[in-house]
Amino acid sequence: MLEITKLSNIKPFKTARVVKVNINGDMRRRFLDIGLIKGEIVKRLYNSPFNDPVAYLIRDNVIAIRKKDSDNILVEVEKDYE
Amino acid sequence: MSKTITKNSQKLITVALSGNANVGKSTLYNAFTKKHRHTGNWTGKTVSNELSQSRFYNKNLEFADLPGTYSLLNLSKEEEIARDFLLFNKIGCTVVVCSALSLKRNLNLALQILEINKRVVICVNLLDEAEKKGIKVDLKRLSQNLGVSVVGICAHKKKTLIPLVSEIERTIAFSERPYLKINYPKNLERAVTFLEAPLKKLCQKKINPRFVALKLLEGEEKLILKAEKELNIKILTKDIKNDLQTARLLANMSPNEIKDDIVSALFKRADEALEGVITKEQKKDKMLKIDKILTGKFSGLIAMLLLLMTVFYLTIIGANYPSQMLSNLFSIAEGYLESFLSLLNTPPFLKDLICFGAFRTTAFIVSVMLPPMAIFFPLFTLLEELGFLPRIAFNLDRPFKATGACGKQALTMCMGFGCNAVGVTGARIINSPRERILSIITNSLVPCNGRFPFLIFLITMFLGTGSKSSLVSAAFLSLCVVVSIIFTFIVNSILSKTLLKGEASSFVLELPDFRRPLVLKTIWQSISQKTVSVLFRALIAAAPMGVLIFILANTSIYDKSLLMYVVEFLNPVGELLGLDGAVLTAFILGFPANEIVLPIIVMIYSFGGVIEDSLSNASIKELFVNNGWSVLTAVNTLVFCLFHFPCSTTLLTIKKETGSLKWTLVSFFLPLLLGMAICIVNKLIFSMF
Repeated sequence: MLEITKLSNIKPFKTARVVKVNINGDMRRRFLDIGLIKGEIVKRLYNSPFNDPVAYLIRDNVIAIRKKDSDNILVEVEKDYE
Repeated sequence: MSKTITKNSQKLITVALSGNANVGKSTLYNAFTKKHRHTGNWTGKTVSNELSQSRFYNKNLEFADLPGTYSLLNLSKEEEIARDFLLFNKIGCTVVVCSALSLKRNLNLALQILEINKRVVICVNLLDEAEKKGIKVDLKRLSQNLGVSVVGICAHKKKTLIPLVSEIERTIAFSERPYLKINYPKNLERAVTFLEAPLKKLCQKKINPRFVALKLLEGEEKLILKAEKELNIKILTKDIKNDLQTARLLANMSPNEIKDDIVSALFKRADEALEGVITKEQKKDKMLKIDKILTGKFSGLIAMLLLLMTVFYLTIIGANYPSQMLSNLFSIAEGYLESFLSLLNTPPFLKDLICFGAFRTTAFIVSVMLPPMAIFFPLFTLLEELGFLPRIAFNLDRPFKATGACGKQALTMCMGFGCNAVGVTGARIINSPRERILSIITNSLVPCNGRFPFLIFLITMFLGTGSKSSLVSAAFLSLCVVVSIIFTFIVNSILSKTLLKGEASSFVLELPDFRRPLVLKTIWQSISQKTVSVLFRALIAAAPMGVLIFILANTSIYDKSLLMYVVEFLNPVGELLGLDGAVLTAFILGFPANEIVLPIIVMIYSFGGVIEDSLSNASIKELFVNNGWSVLTAVNTLVFCLFHFPCSTTLLTIKKETGSLKWTLVSFFLPLLLGMAICIVNKLIFSMF
């Protein structure tokens, strides 16, 4: 089953599919350009020492995004039954 | 092929090198040209275009190094520079440099360039590194899928560049292809096609009408106006304005939706182009483990501190001996210079002026400054090439965000270690204008390379004593850097609440793969380029300053030299700060270059404005102590060296970068007042004991 959640909520080394980027203004473009478009697969990697930002694998590149921004990116994940 | 080109045109043909950040563009540029551009493994290294004639292969080519960008959709200054260059300049061939490791994203930009340029070669770099990771790229397939020539290279291996050059020559001579056509979703496509038809004639084959149609729909009139001016065409006629209205109705989309559609279409096309191109062998990625350590909760912070200390330790311990040796060499040379001048019957005053004023100051600077610089610069460059700096930005983003800034400021601070003026220019990598000004103003709080040797000197003389003196000194020096980082945070927060009100904006940072640096090449380049240029700047300031001080010290009015008048005038302020008049005079005279502060102090203390012959560090210490230096004086001089007004070059750069007198003045007074305040507090603390 699939569930929709924020990008910031997915667990380390889990993947998710981008559903919507709710960021406006100039920065929206930046997020699109790194590959955060609808349907793209994103993998969460490691946290920084202060837990924010977090590194993600997007289109074969490692990109750090702050929680403030990843809160506004909606993704689809396999629901966890554990 | 190259012969035909030589015959046909005597003029240089421009080849534009473009590409995402961190794909090895600058390395390629260096390989082609005479100039040595400092490369670094992180975003934003190249911030403006540079043109240079080809050194090898085909001398009629002239290469332009465009800033690394994600796209040409005009978000930042660099993207605008790159896009305008590609649109409005006469370019023989555009080379889009991609990395074999991140083709999936690089192709986004490549496609945008194919939309606006007709002669393009796609060049896939880092094939060797990709192979190590088990990634294979089928270049032929990629070329077929895109309909463009694709060449694979390893930018640091010259041999692999020959096919690229022949492909560039071939493209210049023959293969003009039509602009790449990307299919957009239905509504947008209809609007674009509708608008494209009437634009065709107006564009006069100088610019892609389809691109113009897209930009008009996106509402980027500014770009269109620029195109009209640069290309000498008329686009925005009355008819077109009417057609644009109709096209907008056809599309029935907001500008945001249009932009989304464009980007999605680009990535979709990129995925199509990559079909069957990349084969990946599953290999365990060792780098991820290293990254986890370097960015770990505790290990990340400890690793940063340890690396910093190691670099300083090696600098201090390595600089000691050569410094002494140089100093001895110079004192022998001075003997020869003196006998030579006597031989020419030079008047005594002129002889002293040349020997003691100009020569000795210069010699002092070289022997004190050169060794630490020649060690520190290459070490730091190695860290940079390795790709360590973006990790620092990643690790420290949170605290920077808390102070209203962003982690990229850590990168500009690192550039500041080399030279504050470079750090100020480098602040262009920060997207938010507010955060950019923050990082410009605070940049001089980081000690630059001109101040490091002075700091090292003060620390080794007065603080790092005892059996493990080098280690203690390295620790103190690291402490200095930590203190300047802490004060950067403090100043950030204060400015964010007062002059530059606002909160941290969004932030996207790329963490590139680690690269194995070419150690010897890096060391050689860093010494031969950077160290020499900084030293040269110091010397230009040193010799005239030496002459000036010699004259000041030897021109007396009422039995007192002019220099003493200045020093005595500044003495009360100096005393107040726990310094003295000589130190203040030196800092003021050192405004053109901080490197000369230490020699000036020595000159003032020495009788008659002359540096004593072959001074050892110990005898300088003795000289300072005889002139009333205590530990407090040393500590406060250290503080004042860390925090005072930026040097003239940096200030000019700040004026140029901000275009504002206000921010230039703030950048001048803020560190100065901060330094003075800390000095006074220190003095109060010391007086309690």
